[in-house]
Amino acid sequence: MTTETVPPPRCPATPERESFRYLVHAEWTKFRTVRGWLIAVLVTIVSIPAFAFLAADVGGGCTAASGAAHAAACPAQPTGPGGEPVTDAFYFVHQPVTGNGTITAQLTSLTGQVAVLPAGQESDGPQTGPGLPPWSKAGIIIKENTSQGSAYAAMMVTGTHGVRMQWDYVDDTPGLAGNVSVSAPRWLRLVRDGRTITGYDSADGTHWTPVGTATLPGLTSTVQAGLFAAEPDDGNFITATGVFGHVGLSWPATGWTGTDVGGVDANFVSAPGAFRQSAGTITVTGSGDISPAAGSTYSGRGQSLQRALTGTFFGLIPLIVVAAMFITAEYRRGLIRVSLTAAPRRGRLLAAKAVVIGAVGFVAGLAAAALALAVGTPLLRRAGGLAWPVSLLTEVRMVVGTGALLAVAAVLALAIGATVRRSAPAVALVIVVVLVPYLLVLGPLQGGNGDAPLWLLRITPAAAWSVQQAVPQFYQLIAVYQPNAGYYPLAPWAGLAVECAWAAAALALACYLLRRRDA
Amino acid sequence: MSVTARVAPPRCLLGQALHAEWTKFRTVAGPSWLLAGVVALTVAVGAAAAAAAWCPSATCGIDPAKVSFTGIYPGQAVAAVAGVLAIGNEYSTGMVKLSLTAMPRRLAWFFAKAAVLAGPVLIASALAVAGSALAGRLILPGHGFTPAHGYASLTAGADLRAAVGAVLYLTLVALLSLGLAAAVRDSAAAIGLVLGVLYLFPLAAAVVSNPTLARHLDQIGPLPAGLDAQATIGLDSLPLTPWQGLGAVALWTAGALLLGALALTFRDA
Repeated sequence: MTTETVPPPRCPATPERESFRYLVHAEWTKFRTVRGWLIAVLVTIVSIPAFAFLAADVGGGCTAASGAAHAAACPAQPTGPGGEPVTDAFYFVHQPVTGNGTITAQLTSLTGQVAVLPAGQESDGPQTGPGLPPWSKAGIIIKENTSQGSAYAAMMVTGTHGVRMQWDYVDDTPGLAGNVSVSAPRWLRLVRDGRTITGYDSADGTHWTPVGTATLPGLTSTVQAGLFAAEPDDGNFITATGVFGHVGLSWPATGWTGTDVGGVDANFVSAPGAFRQSAGTITVTGSGDISPAAGSTYSGRGQSLQRALTGTFFGLIPLIVVAAMFITAEYRRGLIRVSLTAAPRRGRLLAAKAVVIGAVGFVAGLAAAALALAVGTPLLRRAGGLAWPVSLLTEVRMVVGTGALLAVAAVLALAIGATVRRSAPAVALVIVVVLVPYLLVLGPLQGGNGDAPLWLLRITPAAAWSVQQAVPQFYQLIAVYQPNAGYYPLAPWAGLAVECAWAAAALALACYLLRRRDA
Repeated sequence: MSVTARVAPPRCLLGQALHAEWTKFRTVAGPSWLLAGVVALTVAVGAAAAAAAWCPSATCGIDPAKVSFTGIYPGQAVAAVAGVLAIGNEYSTGMVKLSLTAMPRRLAWFFAKAAVLAGPVLIASALAVAGSALAGRLILPGHGFTPAHGYASLTAGADLRAAVGAVLYLTLVALLSLGLAAAVRDSAAAIGLVLGVLYLFPLAAAVVSNPTLARHLDQIGPLPAGLDAQATIGLDSLPLTPWQGLGAVALWTAGALLLGALALTFRDA
């Protein structure tokens, strides 16, 4: 355009890099001198912590898993050694042992009984038939005591996931694959050395392979060692049965005792366990599960820390409005012509605007999220506890992630504003793509649709909300992991990457159009 | 036409205002595109939701009308843009000064604008809802929403009421946006405010853990209240009855229009 006829406006002493810095500085001056925009950003920063108060008010109800209907009878959720909620209910055939030693057993069969009809349907025939859910388990275990939530390490054979070593509820390592049978038995071994327990498996009882090593801090000298069986139960009287042979203890034997850990008729156990000794084999039948209590299996009173960030929805809207106006207001007032005359390289102008609005969004989100967690954590604790202990690293990810979520949403709004050049459609479009998918998954598409609605949280910019996930999801626990309980289909940073991809695409389109079109 | 305008008694002022606003409305391309967008987005998302829905047994408890009308969630944003721009464009172009000079009785001008917006939006909403209902009717019976699972004909009284409720809801949303846009006079701020009012109540109700508070949020928010008017099953457990829900939306709209009228009357344009 005019650059061809008039000498370049850049001072020769100013290198390219410098000029971009001036451009950013100019855009920053434009931004900070509009009082309404500063007020909007302030609203963003204030509304996010303010809603922590609203979200922390639980009103005596249990969490999403059990729903308001059972508010009166919140079952006490046992907690594991790390403070995490756990399911700890199984049939335990045990004897007390003191000091270091080894327990070995050969498992020749794992069978199960499952409900023939789903719960609530009546039938005259038998209620159960043979069947083996994927995470039915039977094996050997060393556990601090028989009370719920105590430390343990176990080697087990599972329904379809082969041999596993699991310890302290959340840790899980695979061993030998394949199913167990009389012709393909599985040998399991646990070796205690102080606070360390190492698990081994073997297909023949002579060649042993280490599977994993568990460190159980504060494990007492006398512990319970023995055999167990459990089958994750939904109240349908289902059981798993393991047949053990060649059971050997290096400690002096004192005879086996059978215990229903956690009692019967509570905590996912509907059937009392049993064991039978005959001709060198021990048959153990049990129901329940030894696992973390996450997703739909959590039924306690606590909340996920993510609730403290509920206000992000509210804070996002003023930021999107400001980010879109950052460019559309220039079009409305004709300022864009002045801006483009001063900075004839149009892509750089857009980049400078993106840098400024992105930085504003990031700082606002960072400050707001840090405040919200600082305010929300004690509030949630007082209101009934946190459903899951959150590590410092996770908190940092939630705070930085919220800042990034807001920054990228602001850049997306800027890019769409530059593309459509009109405020109202741009703001509406960004709000619809960032908020409405999440709303649809929580609202009309919830339930009865299987996994399909969750695709909305994988492919739209709303995927970025996963960066706020505070509760972990476990491979070894089959549960319903739904957005309304704080679970997202994508990993935290992967979800943010999806939003970034949308913003990058929108920015590229805006840059192309800004260069091609008349201003 | 111009002759009648000059000799007409002042009583006909509203008629003239309507005619002038209608001329403005039909001679720019924006509104038609937006209304076409309402229809296309509502029907497309509704059909996609119906295609994804699945009712395996008689106890699935899914409301087929709500599934068919899922498209109203994004569709109302387009209706809101149409409502905001009806006023916002006058302010952003400075046209409002000319309009108010020609039509010094500001309220007549304002309500003529509202009436001119409401007519086409009502028609577009009816098309959008009819298209969504048709898509649902074609798709849902193949996805387990059969009489055997407790879903009778889709033209029962409740379904008709749901459809009428959905049409009126979309129209009320457009008028709500018009009122708020007149109150704040800036398109970007107005659309942010409208979509905040619409979408944040159900989001808050979904994440708030206190069930009493969540129910109150569902009662006062215009979007959840409007959804009550679209329900066909489980009417006993709704926070509001269907017509109460539509009444709540109408109250929001009336409040927004009142706010807009007050701002227009007592402020410089």
